[in-house]
Amino acid sequence: MLNDWLFVGIFFVVAMFLPAAAITIAGFLAPKKPNPIKNSTYECGIETVGPAWIQFKAQYYVFTLVFLVFDVEMVLLFPWAVAYNQMKLFAIVEGVLFVLILLGGLVYAWKKRALEWV
Amino acid sequence: MSFWYDPVAFIAEWLRGVLLGWGMAPEGAAFVLTALGAAIMPLLAMLFVIFLIWYERKLIGRIQNRFGPNRVGPFGLIQPFADMLKIFIKEYITPIGADWLPYNLAPVLSVGGVLLIWAVIPFSATIMGVNLNVGLVYIIAAGGLGALSFLLAGWGSNNKYAMIGGFRSVAQLISYEVPMVVSLLMPVMLTGSLGINDLVKAQTIPFIVTLPAAAAIFFITSVAEAGRAPFDLVEAESELVAGFNVEYSGLKFGMFFVGEFLHAFTISLLFSTLFLGGWRGPGAETYPLLGFLYLVIKTFLVYFVVILFRGSLPRFRIDQMMDLTWKVLTPLALVSLVVTALLAKPLAGIPALQAVVLFVVNAILLMVFFSVAGKRATPKRAIVGKPRPLATPHHEDVSA
Repeated sequence: MLNDWLFVGIFFVVAMFLPAAAITIAGFLAPKKPNPIKNSTYECGIETVGPAWIQFKAQYYVFTLVFLVFDVEMVLLFPWAVAYNQMKLFAIVEGVLFVLILLGGLVYAWKKRALEWV
Repeated sequence: MSFWYDPVAFIAEWLRGVLLGWGMAPEGAAFVLTALGAAIMPLLAMLFVIFLIWYERKLIGRIQNRFGPNRVGPFGLIQPFADMLKIFIKEYITPIGADWLPYNLAPVLSVGGVLLIWAVIPFSATIMGVNLNVGLVYIIAAGGLGALSFLLAGWGSNNKYAMIGGFRSVAQLISYEVPMVVSLLMPVMLTGSLGINDLVKAQTIPFIVTLPAAAAIFFITSVAEAGRAPFDLVEAESELVAGFNVEYSGLKFGMFFVGEFLHAFTISLLFSTLFLGGWRGPGAETYPLLGFLYLVIKTFLVYFVVILFRGSLPRFRIDQMMDLTWKVLTPLALVSLVVTALLAKPLAGIPALQAVVLFVVNAILLMVFFSVAGKRATPKRAIVGKPRPLATPHHEDVSA
């Protein structure tokens, strides 16, 4: 078991190292001739106004709240799904009721026009 | 054990023998073999991308009635190598005010995040990285990591268009993850395990037959999570100069493309593993190499469909994209989950009957949702004003 995660750990290091190494090597091979105009922010050719890190309207804000509900649901449903074969019908109906309540929540969010991109 | 029976295990055994012969402790030899396996697999995957680029360009070319690359080498096979050499010697242009860490981490993560998925995929009965007992959850987590790179790139570039691209990628990621995870619950329910190899072994009847709704949802959502056409709103050239990668150049820019091609292939690999039976096929249990061949054939079939998607479908508008996931795919996934949960248990004793019933019910659900809900999800827009004919000469009376 520990050996499995050792493999994943080494895999992670190698997977991150490979693209990083390629980028670094290309950095040595590539020319470096920066100048202020070349390095300026590119937006359709006109000089940019102000920084990009300003207050944007996050249109997906309400979606995120709905997503949070569903994400927590997933955490609870995965163990239920794994144990599905060993469960009695009662436990399955319990899980189904849980999903149905969430479905009701989705319909509520829909009716409240929370699922509209504005 | 002969070489052709199971080459990977054969070479591993031989290497272990060599290492032990040098007087290494058995634990040390095991560690070296693990490390070697973990190092070779991502390397091969990354080299494989070179072939994928050629394959996709050739296919897109044929779809658009062109030849695709056909000059460099036989059938243009050397073309990606030439492109790679060129991109290697291109200058990195870092925009003023870029946030160093997110800006440089993003291209690395876009490839690394996808490569991570390969660690748990069984390529045949014996050839696999590792059979984690939480393999499926691991895949979902690693898949999210790849999409995170879009956000980092958008934030780190100090560019408003890149920022909007990053914003969209977050919206897309959080929306499509919901139906994806729900659809993955259904194979888990029928298997009783989260390990990927267990999921493959459970598919005496492939899950695409018993769970067509889940397969369709998983396919669509994973294409969306890879950020490919028709869901490539994060890099919509027509609205956001180039999306999240405006400010990237040289190999940093190339890495995003390597990541995209690899992700597209990886979702095909995942789809054929989870829903088409993976390495299963006649004789695959006894000859692991044969199982590998089956997996490759299945994967390339799915990859063909993914490219066909890209070649033939126009890009979604962002509100349509959000409507598709929240108003069609999520309800469908939840209803399908409820129906499957209620039907699979009483019929568990008779596998054939269970498969037929699940197939019929899920196929009906799929058709109903895609026809009814799909039409109603986006309201029809009223035409404002009178429609007028397009090509009318304006000065008819003058000339007459």
